[in-house]
Amino acid sequence: MENPAEEEAVGEGFDGARAAVLVAGLRRGFASGRTRSYEWRAAQLKGIVRMIDDKEAEIMAALHDDLAKPHMESYLHEISLAKAACTFALKEMKRWMKPEKVPTSITTFPSSAEIVSEPVGVVLVISAWNYPFLLSIDPVIGAIAAGNAVALKPSEVAPATSSLFATILPKYTDNSCVKVVEGSIPETTALLEQKWDKIFYTGNGKVGRIVMTAAAKHLTPVALELGGKCPVLVDSNVNVKVATKRIAVGKWGCNNGQACVAPDYILTTKSFAPTLVDAMKKTLEKFYGKDPLESPDLSRIVNAKHFRRLTSLLDDERVSGTIVYGGQQDEKHLKIAPTLLLDVPHDSLIMKEEIFGPLLPIITFNEVEDCLDFINSKAKPLAAYLFTKDKRLEERFVKTVSAGGMLINDTALHLANPHLPFGGVGESGIGAYHGKFSFDSFSHKKAVLSRGFGGEAPARYPPYTPQKQKILRGLINGSIIALLLAILGWPRG
Amino acid sequence: MESVEVEGVANEVRTAYESGKTRSLAWRRSQLKALQRLLYEEEEGMFTALKQDLGKHQAEAYRDEVGILIKSVNYALENLKKWMTPCRVPVPLLAFPTRGELVPEPLGVVLIFSSWNFPIGLSLEPLIGAIAAGNAIVLKPSELAPASSNFLAKSVPKYLDSMSVKVVRGGPDVGQKLLEQKWDKIFFTGSSRVARIVMAAAAKHLTPVAVELGGKSPAIFDSLSSARDRKVAVERIVGAKWVPCSGQVCIGVDYVLVEEQFAPILIDQLKATLEKFYPRFDCLSRIINEQHFQRLSNLIKDPSVAATIIHGGSLDSETLFIEPTILLDPPLDAELMNEEIFGPLLPIITLKKIEDSIEFIRARPKPLVIYAFTKDERLRSRITAETSSGSLTFNDTMIQFACDELPFGGVGGSGFGQYHGKFSFDMFSHTKAVLRRSFLLEFTFRYPPWDAWKLPFMRSVYHFDYVTLLLRLLGLKRG
Repeated sequence: MENPAEEEAVGEGFDGARAAVLVAGLRRGFASGRTRSYEWRAAQLKGIVRMIDDKEAEIMAALHDDLAKPHMESYLHEISLAKAACTFALKEMKRWMKPEKVPTSITTFPSSAEIVSEPVGVVLVISAWNYPFLLSIDPVIGAIAAGNAVALKPSEVAPATSSLFATILPKYTDNSCVKVVEGSIPETTALLEQKWDKIFYTGNGKVGRIVMTAAAKHLTPVALELGGKCPVLVDSNVNVKVATKRIAVGKWGCNNGQACVAPDYILTTKSFAPTLVDAMKKTLEKFYGKDPLESPDLSRIVNAKHFRRLTSLLDDERVSGTIVYGGQQDEKHLKIAPTLLLDVPHDSLIMKEEIFGPLLPIITFNEVEDCLDFINSKAKPLAAYLFTKDKRLEERFVKTVSAGGMLINDTALHLANPHLPFGGVGESGIGAYHGKFSFDSFSHKKAVLSRGFGGEAPARYPPYTPQKQKILRGLINGSIIALLLAILGWPRG
Repeated sequence: MESVEVEGVANEVRTAYESGKTRSLAWRRSQLKALQRLLYEEEEGMFTALKQDLGKHQAEAYRDEVGILIKSVNYALENLKKWMTPCRVPVPLLAFPTRGELVPEPLGVVLIFSSWNFPIGLSLEPLIGAIAAGNAIVLKPSELAPASSNFLAKSVPKYLDSMSVKVVRGGPDVGQKLLEQKWDKIFFTGSSRVARIVMAAAAKHLTPVAVELGGKSPAIFDSLSSARDRKVAVERIVGAKWVPCSGQVCIGVDYVLVEEQFAPILIDQLKATLEKFYPRFDCLSRIINEQHFQRLSNLIKDPSVAATIIHGGSLDSETLFIEPTILLDPPLDAELMNEEIFGPLLPIITLKKIEDSIEFIRARPKPLVIYAFTKDERLRSRITAETSSGSLTFNDTMIQFACDELPFGGVGGSGFGQYHGKFSFDMFSHTKAVLRRSFLLEFTFRYPPWDAWKLPFMRSVYHFDYVTLLLRLLGLKRG
């Protein structure tokens, strides 16, 4: 039964008081116990699958509205991945929900132990604008699979997708435990003031800090999926045609570079750079034609603010002077063409901040070694990529470069594998999800130990005689003799 | 310690980490082995320090701190290589040839804050995990246990790599200065109040934290028909209240829930057990300091609370001694029943039916542990399914702490982040996803321009529909 007062909570004038009402409603929904059953969780996930199937056209249209996202990208990167996440969870959920038996040692003999997964309770998911459909629904799927009640706050920078969620999600899921709140900074702030059992945020580091600071007031655990400058190190002994295709599709084929795992910049040797640049130019022309601004296969820049942010990166003359390909802009349609820059100054703004757009600097060094040093001198990125056939370089890269995730000889794909945890480290984030990692992210793993009343060890208790202390030492260190003595009730009264 | 000194320490440790030496199996092993030696050779020193700080009997010191650490470091040494080995993950056939694996790596430089009640145990237990995971470490023990703090400051550099593992002594001001530096992980054991400060400081650097807090951990005492079972159960309850550090323990029994008809039996047994364990009180730890002594005295000062004392109640502010005290049904709105007691006062709350204990517990913040003494399977299932706590232990107390295979940590008000055993290793690691591909087998329909004919291919790919994909590739199926 819906409380009519709660209906008002979503929408205009959403302030602290309304946020409190929303959370109270979700807490009541959670406390009722209904989100705990397999049946409820499966019903919600099946509802989401139906929603994606029924509303595929509307979703693609919203994504096109918000980002001019090509249909193929919408399908590949948002719709299919979202559906795959649901079907994977539906397939595996029973197994994930089962308690995990663990071995026990002599110290606690006889006993049995298991780890029981339970939902944390009421969670808040704050999503981003670049994959506004996927990055909203994916964590929600994890939260539901783990048995939680959840509030979703989609990004206002992708308003069409946000309002689509507000309209369709309630129709396909249980309203008392799954809610959508639209809004921008005031609404998000109101939500962050409330006490949640977990907050899952996707976005940038600046807001990530705000989220974590707010969470600290209630000691709420957080997962932060942030970004960073994802480097691509390209060795000279590669199939350069394939390499540039894979780099290009990971860069411009992912929302025109506005993706957290998109290659941010390339590193290669001075001697190989000309070959690489040449091959990249050919690939780009093949992908997007001679007039990329006209290509329907490129997303636009999301809004004027980001357009200006990107074009101002090129304001620095030392930077614009290094453009070797592209550079075309259309402010009216918020389009920027794939742009290659060769050897921008390391201290320029374009090499300091995450680019999140279609500009690709190529930095060259004399040795590959220097490239590795360069990567390690910067903050840990969400993803790091290496193209090489040299196994030793591959091993060195994996051992010495720290990043959320890594791909050798490809880009971006790892986020599609549900067996790999997806998340950052250091500046690129805290926590991971996808597949079972989503389920775990929203669960508490409760340790349950069961003993009987036999096997009592007086040695545990005072008064502490020397004999007792001897047995105690043995017991803690797993000595069978100590255990036997303890079982026999030594020392006696 | 001055800010510039703290910064110096942080920089030194960072430089040590960046040299790469903490990453090798050899370094980690050598440090763990050194810790083993420290625990064996410095036993007397530890007993002395704990006696000074808390009046802890050496049996208690061994049982609750030293012995546990020996067990943990042995377990880490046995399993270290296994933990460090990357593990393969399945990759869909479609992505052939592709290899996926999870590679654990150290986070970098870790800051550990420990608390005063198990000052050596709670300092070195996370240290074991941080070392096993290959990190460099700064440990800040609690200034409220100064002898233990000094012990650690002296012996850790003596046995371990003093450039990579440092101990910093001091009070809240030093803690504050440490929090201004950038760390790759902060591990905190202590109170919620300070945990908030730690997490807020960590947020400035996006530093992940783990906070091990406390709460009011209840013991549900169901009716047990066998007298022997009752005796054992009550000994275990006493063993979780007064025996460890006079109740100043996060996983202790804070209060007991019992059906009103069985309360007299419970109380009798408690009194008998206390007499048996404490013919004299020299085995009992004292209260840590005057501030906490005052805090505890105040809890029972309230006349409506004092009236419910049925055993004990005497206090000695000279020796900071509080007698084991039992209260029967103190008012539920008293501070005693709303704050974590962390001392030798045991409220017994009676209920009409033992099943009511579930609702009682659910109405309150999630505790670090719930203890339940019962043979009733139905009650057990209900407690497991309907309550939430860091851990849940049936028919015993405290001992879950010694299980390397069980994660230890809180939930909700009792904290977040889990450790012990491999969970310690994981807590101080980043699990990096690595996918390796080759240049063979290109699917050109992956790439722009995304003509209409490519979409059906991609649909087959995403549905792992190999047959249709093959047919399409062979041109035997279109659209």
